[in-house]
Amino acid sequence: MEREVQRVRAAFGSGRSRPLTFRRRQLEALRAMIQEREKDILAAIGADLSKSEFNAYSQEVISVLGEIDLMLEKLPEWAAAKPAQRNLLTLLDEAYIQPEPLGVVLIIGAWNYPFVLTIQPLIGAIAAGNAVIIKPSEVSENTAKLLAKLLPQYLDQDLYAVVNGGVEETTELLKQRFDHILYTGNTAVGKIVMQAAAKHLTPVTLELGGKSPCYVDRDCDLDVACRRIAWGKFMNCGQTCIAPDYVLCEPSLQDLIVRKVQEAVKEFYGENIKESPDYERIVNLRHFKRIQSLLEGQKIAFGGEMDEATRYIAPTILTDVDPDTKVMQEEIFGPILPIVPVKNADEAIQFINEREKPLAFYVFSHNSKLIKRMIDGTSSGGVTGNDVIMHFMLSSLPFGGVGSSGMGAYHGKHSFDTFSHQRPCLLKTLKREGANQLRYPPNSQSKVDWAKFFFLKRFNKGRLGLLLLTFLGILAAVLIK
Amino acid sequence: MSAISEVVQRARAAFNSGRTRPLQFRVQQLEGLRRLIREREKDLVGALAADLHKNEWTAYYEEIVYVLEEIDYMIRKLPEWAADEPVEKTPHTQQDEAYIHSEPLGVVLIIGTWNYPFNLTIQPMVGAIAAGNAVVLKPSELSENTASLLAAILPQYLDQDLYPVINGGVAETTEVLKERFDHILYTGSTGVGRVVMMAAAKHLTPVTLELGGKNPCYVDKDCDLDVACRRIAWGKFMNSGQTCVAPDYILCDPSIQSQIVEKLKKSLKEFYGEDAKKSRDYGRIINSQHFQRVMGLLEGQKVAYGGTGDAASRYIAPTILMDVDPQSPVMQEEVFGPILPIVCVRSLEEAIQFITQREKPLALYVFSPNDKVIKKMIAETSSGGVTANDVIVHITVHSLPYGGVGDSGMGSYHGRKSFETFSHRRSCLVRPLLNEETLRARYPPSPAKMPRH
Repeated sequence: MEREVQRVRAAFGSGRSRPLTFRRRQLEALRAMIQEREKDILAAIGADLSKSEFNAYSQEVISVLGEIDLMLEKLPEWAAAKPAQRNLLTLLDEAYIQPEPLGVVLIIGAWNYPFVLTIQPLIGAIAAGNAVIIKPSEVSENTAKLLAKLLPQYLDQDLYAVVNGGVEETTELLKQRFDHILYTGNTAVGKIVMQAAAKHLTPVTLELGGKSPCYVDRDCDLDVACRRIAWGKFMNCGQTCIAPDYVLCEPSLQDLIVRKVQEAVKEFYGENIKESPDYERIVNLRHFKRIQSLLEGQKIAFGGEMDEATRYIAPTILTDVDPDTKVMQEEIFGPILPIVPVKNADEAIQFINEREKPLAFYVFSHNSKLIKRMIDGTSSGGVTGNDVIMHFMLSSLPFGGVGSSGMGAYHGKHSFDTFSHQRPCLLKTLKREGANQLRYPPNSQSKVDWAKFFFLKRFNKGRLGLLLLTFLGILAAVLIK
Repeated sequence: MSAISEVVQRARAAFNSGRTRPLQFRVQQLEGLRRLIREREKDLVGALAADLHKNEWTAYYEEIVYVLEEIDYMIRKLPEWAADEPVEKTPHTQQDEAYIHSEPLGVVLIIGTWNYPFNLTIQPMVGAIAAGNAVVLKPSELSENTASLLAAILPQYLDQDLYPVINGGVAETTEVLKERFDHILYTGSTGVGRVVMMAAAKHLTPVTLELGGKNPCYVDKDCDLDVACRRIAWGKFMNSGQTCVAPDYILCDPSIQSQIVEKLKKSLKEFYGEDAKKSRDYGRIINSQHFQRVMGLLEGQKVAYGGTGDAASRYIAPTILMDVDPQSPVMQEEVFGPILPIVCVRSLEEAIQFITQREKPLALYVFSPNDKVIKKMIAETSSGGVTANDVIVHITVHSLPYGGVGDSGMGSYHGRKSFETFSHRRSCLVRPLLNEETLRARYPPSPAKMPRH
């Protein structure tokens, strides 16, 4: 493992990932890989999550292609030095922020969207000029194996390496030194990753989870709301970090919501859900059993059917859920939608605030004031109002958590920035030494007085005032000398 | 519950009350801080003099003025920075509202340090307050006068529950680090930085670590050595070398070494006189432990100037070392004292190689009239920040974020970056409940055949 990381570090040290032309060639090669090997990629995802080609494409591959295109288009702009606003003392100097690669980045992928959650960060890391080690999740083993096979065929083999394995290999990997680690997964392992990173003072981006609440107001179009919620909840069989985890609503809406979600489910998956090519399966037996146990003692409004042999769990809704029960204690990550009745929006806000900050917050209402109030009154990684999931899709919005749901963010420019060091540079000239006289010892009362005048008055003046003050400053320096 | 726990819980309860949310409240607190500085300047200077032999001028010019600037700037910009920031939309999201909503994180812990004990504790606090957080301050116990003073006067000017000061040594700091915070900003050493991040990991608390390193200062053959050496001497010997962004050591061609030594000497005499011990403007080492440490670095070195010290007053003379061996102790740790080693290198390439073989420093300095030399040095190295043809000053520009990279730290602050560091930038996409037809394509059932694309 150490040798592997050394090899990648040496490749970074060679400097070949610095020129933008190199980085764009790598991104174009990645795009070619996805276009040429689409069938293999879709098949691997399909094998891991019982996902149809269409869903694999629309849920994973499309985002990745979009990100590559965006990165290729924007790379020259984002990688360029950004001029910084100067102050009175630096008016005549060059001041800018220069993005530069960090070095060797480690990306630890997750199993629920095994392709996009590994490759989308990779795109940003490559664009920012880093070398990258990718550790796909072993739970989605077909995708993991495929990535190990395909990436070296298209990308620079020394700069971008895939390391596969389980807990043991990941632990070994985490002992090595990286310049940034991006981890997608659960809160508990997130802590382990950060502790390992602390040993090397490696900055981390942690994309974790939580229970993303979904508040449904009485003043909303329930048909539309329920269809959107059902779509986001049951995609990938509920195994989505930003799926609406549970619904909060007034008791009078509960039955309506149940009915409309049920209707949407029928629209989506037909009468015989098991036969629908669009309905996925639980990734493994352990998670199947875990989700199964969450149903104990619950009031099942519809769904609840299970088949262990195929790891099938039907879209399920629970009503009048007690907040102290198991299903409300952990992130469900499965096709079970609990409804917890609350009196009103205020009680919903309180309920949400009593709990850990989630990765996403959803609120459905025609009343934009209410939406604003709920956003102001809570915290979460991100928010979509009147829909679910979609804030993930807009790459100008940074995607990340807060508190237990994570730290840092990526997507689009935020990826580029996450994987860069933004280095401030101030270039002065060796001339105009006169302007510096105020700062040198020995001190005197007049120097102190000039410094006070000089520093604190300038904010209230315009440009002309600034120039006047510069002149005065130099004059003062000359006088004092 | 321990006393420390109680203080933190009280701050959290105060935060949860919601009173820091209105911008008006935050501005009031910042104005309180500004008043504190103006009204208690004498006390502040007294504490800094007792801790580090600073005087009214050095205390003001090196610490206090930057905090005042930050406060003014923050108050002025707060409405702009706290407002929702619209983001670029795509064709699919034209009907939606898409913006980044800045919100406070909650309870922030700021662990100060001893070399600029006022600035490095209070300047971060300005950003944390502006962003709407409660702030627990843990000043460094080494600069004990400033620590005591802050504990005494902050509650007289700021909300007492929201912004408590916790004092104490290693034991108390360890206790504090067991509590849960929503962000920790630590300024100090790399070693303790690791400890802080480890503690933060237990609660998944994001951290900003302002650490250190050996800041190289490359002096090109062709530059105006008079000016270069004066600027280097100023930045190196301020606060008796105890500055995280001080030029740690010089890299230069052997042919200019003696000239550099002469010109540094000349500037030092201009600044501090023949005997720096008598100068009001020359600082002292913070404590005996550091005094011993720094004096120890002189062993076996070729002292071109200075080299003497007085343990009783913790005075170390401004010292220049020549022909320093890169393997010797003075080149193995951050000097953080008034000793300036000169290491000879034969070319810019050799200097670059020297720098890149070592940990990324907090700052990098390069003196040259040749823009190409400067740009090459920047392009082929890494560091927290850079000043060319001067030292220190890149950290005084608001729009340039102040922070390290690699061993010299992570995250940054100052100006707007402070506000962002202490905020959660929350992505918001608010859609209408209409236009359901346009979304049909995303709902199952999927088309019978995979469409060609």
